[in-house]
Amino acid sequence: MGNIILEMKNITKTFPGVKALDNVNLKVEEGEIHALVGENGAGKSTLMNVLSGIYPYGTYEGDIVYKGEVCQFQKIKDSEEKGIVIIHQELALVPQMTIGENMFLGNERGKKNAINWNETYGEADKYLKMVGLSESSHVLIKDIGTGKQQLVEIAKALAKNAKLLILDEPTSSLNETDSKALLDLMLEFKKQGMTMIIITHKLNEVVYVADKITVIRDGSTVETMDCKAEKIDEERIIKGMVGREITDRFPKRHDVKIGDVNMEVKNWSVYHPLYTERKVVDNVNFSVRKGEVVGIYGLMGAGRTELAMSIFGKSYGTNITGTMTINGKEVSLKSPREAINAKLAYVTEDRKGNGLVLGKPIRVNTSLANMDGVSDHGIIDTDREYNIAVQYKDLLKTKTPSVEQNVGNLSGGNQQKVLLAKWMFTDPSVLILDEPTRGIDVGAKYEIYCIINDLVAAGKSVVMISSELPEVIGMSDRIYIMNEGKFVGEMAASEATQENIMAAIIQSAGGGDKE
Amino acid sequence: MSVKVSDIFKKYTMAIALVVIVIFFQIQTGGGILLPQNINNLISQNAYVFVLASGMLLCILTGGNIDLAVGSVVCFVGGIGAVMMQANINVWVAVVVMLVGGLLVGLWQGFWIAYVKVPPFIATLAGMYAFRGLSNVVLQGYAVGINNTTFLNVFGGGADCYIPDFLHGNGMNITCMIVGVIAVVIYIVMVFRSRIDAKSKGYEVQPIGIEIVKMVIISALVLWIFYKLANYKGLPTVLIWIAVVLLGYAYVTKNTRMGRYLYAVGGNEKATNLSGIDSRKVYMFAYVNMGLMAGLAGILTVARATMAQPTFGNMYEMDAIGACFIGGASAYGGEGNIFGVVIGALIMGVINQGMSIMGVNANYQTVVKGIVVLVAIIFDVLSNKKKK
Repeated sequence: MGNIILEMKNITKTFPGVKALDNVNLKVEEGEIHALVGENGAGKSTLMNVLSGIYPYGTYEGDIVYKGEVCQFQKIKDSEEKGIVIIHQELALVPQMTIGENMFLGNERGKKNAINWNETYGEADKYLKMVGLSESSHVLIKDIGTGKQQLVEIAKALAKNAKLLILDEPTSSLNETDSKALLDLMLEFKKQGMTMIIITHKLNEVVYVADKITVIRDGSTVETMDCKAEKIDEERIIKGMVGREITDRFPKRHDVKIGDVNMEVKNWSVYHPLYTERKVVDNVNFSVRKGEVVGIYGLMGAGRTELAMSIFGKSYGTNITGTMTINGKEVSLKSPREAINAKLAYVTEDRKGNGLVLGKPIRVNTSLANMDGVSDHGIIDTDREYNIAVQYKDLLKTKTPSVEQNVGNLSGGNQQKVLLAKWMFTDPSVLILDEPTRGIDVGAKYEIYCIINDLVAAGKSVVMISSELPEVIGMSDRIYIMNEGKFVGEMAASEATQENIMAAIIQSAGGGDKE
Repeated sequence: MSVKVSDIFKKYTMAIALVVIVIFFQIQTGGGILLPQNINNLISQNAYVFVLASGMLLCILTGGNIDLAVGSVVCFVGGIGAVMMQANINVWVAVVVMLVGGLLVGLWQGFWIAYVKVPPFIATLAGMYAFRGLSNVVLQGYAVGINNTTFLNVFGGGADCYIPDFLHGNGMNITCMIVGVIAVVIYIVMVFRSRIDAKSKGYEVQPIGIEIVKMVIISALVLWIFYKLANYKGLPTVLIWIAVVLLGYAYVTKNTRMGRYLYAVGGNEKATNLSGIDSRKVYMFAYVNMGLMAGLAGILTVARATMAQPTFGNMYEMDAIGACFIGGASAYGGEGNIFGVVIGALIMGVINQGMSIMGVNANYQTVVKGIVVLVAIIFDVLSNKKKK
């Protein structure tokens, strides 16, 4: 049909000791949205880094043919000149600068030694309009939300005169509404003739926007599916990604007896630590029983993490009110230490930022929250520490050559397991898991679900916070729905469907779509 | 199991650099740098660097935080001690006051840094001015002599700043040699014990060949240094203090919970806090401890000079910081160890001394020092880049 705008031929890229890409082939037609999917570490981002010149010509084997000519990019500027622009998962914006300044950073308007600010802001506003942003380009980046920041990134790419736009996990930090808007914008650009490559973990998005889907597994291309030729659904893509059909994405829990109420939180309210008049969590009541998995579903920004962290020894928020009982006893936890002593564990959503010390080995991370368990009178017993780390490594099937490996070298799924090990070692009775499977691949997700099942089988209580509906429905015994700081619904998992959960959220917002 | 030569090189880059530097000066000074007298001076002159850098390492571990005030505190504390001893106050009272003085300074700075979140650079910059001024106040602008022999003997100053030879060797200090031999024996026994222990529990151990090579090199080096010292005037008293400090901190950083917390806070403070560890107490510990070490360094400094002067301790903080960074401590925190600090301090000391012997202009010596610090950090940055 259309002509091929980009062809990557037999790309092989080797890092010391690892073959990251092995003979990868990718063909992209002009004017299509091409999705690149694969498990974590499959090589998607590496491939795009080769394309954009981050890994310069000569450090890889194979050819890049763009618009009929072989390209030898030495740096990002070279590929950008040709109209290939990549938007990375981590946003490359300076929070203290305005939208306009950011948009033309390194690409300034005006003369060589004098920036023309009128032109800068004038053009910035033009591009902002194209991505549907009504903000002025004089607004500072830190004053707009992540969803809008993502749009600024796209506007920035357009300002570079992009012909081929590469989006690496563009929706990973967006809520559902913003994600939808972004995907619709992509479809709009497609109509105008733009070619796009999208890398994403969210298969529903792939199904929604993609014309073609290329699957990468272990550094090689497995197949390319044409969405026009056949009907592609999520199951079909997963099959390509993991090489087998996953019949059950959620492992069954057998004969887990749900016991007495373990933790109960009543009339819990929390205010924002900086904007102290803003109520972030509003009069929340919930409970979890022994042997029970309770799901808390809510979009990002609903106040879920804030709720969890304020419960966990007041590690978030000010002016926290409400009562809390653990195992029938009323407790008042003033610090994470007190929370840990009360047998509460909080497994953060941000494992790199709030969870792990990346530059330290698995052994050190495993014992960090329970140093009492590996030391006497302040002196660490390294032998005991080592044995415990190995024990958890085997129990959770963490893939690593040794527990002396730095956590920063592990894949996301294995990092998550180390984080779980750290909290399991504190011997908690209630575990709050905040987005326990974010950013990890299908296989590792299944293993995390199995661990959750083992935990409740051992009589512990699990509170699972998630913004993935299938996960909440598939794993929970009972589900709370949270929106704008309030709990707006509670239902047994048996009666929960994606539709009635979303309905509860829309109802609570008063039917209107006020922001 | 094989170990790559490049790995060993990477791990001991700075130690190898030290050897190269020593060889360079050995040639340039016609063998002068390794004369017994000069080895003796290397230790005595740089005692304060070892002590201050050990304390500084703990601050740096918490996130690249430094203490700029230590030079001034050395002078302040030393001044107090000198004035007290001149007034015939009991020497041990004076020593305790000096150490407690250092501790209180640490408490003062630590409080602002840990609990009020004043950036360490600024809090200690303030301390640098204030305590320099206070030193002048205490000494009233004059040099104050110290002639208390107990003080000088214990802290290695004056004429008798060596451990006396109890065995009265002829031309050679036998006590010094015996101490060296005992140190080596203890070291070898400890290495083998930990190795046997690790093996019995089925842990991975280094290949025996490498272990033995390492052990032979270290033992030979220690014995050689003690031999040289024995042939000069014997064991400098201050070496005992240095050894106590270094061994103490090596243990604290490696084997204690507080040591682990220092690394954890430097590696990821938020994660550490959420693990139930109060990072404020960790900062407090680092700075209080730094104050204490500044106190000890103050004692050693005035003992060596047998007096206190308002200009003492100038730029000491920079020597301590430099030794840490040359020794591989990360400027972002969470990485570094006492072994590195020793190497870093020795590199700076050898370069200073080598150039002095060669008669290089003192102004240029400072230039070279600056370049060495920069080169060391460049090395560190580049090797970390490669790891990725």
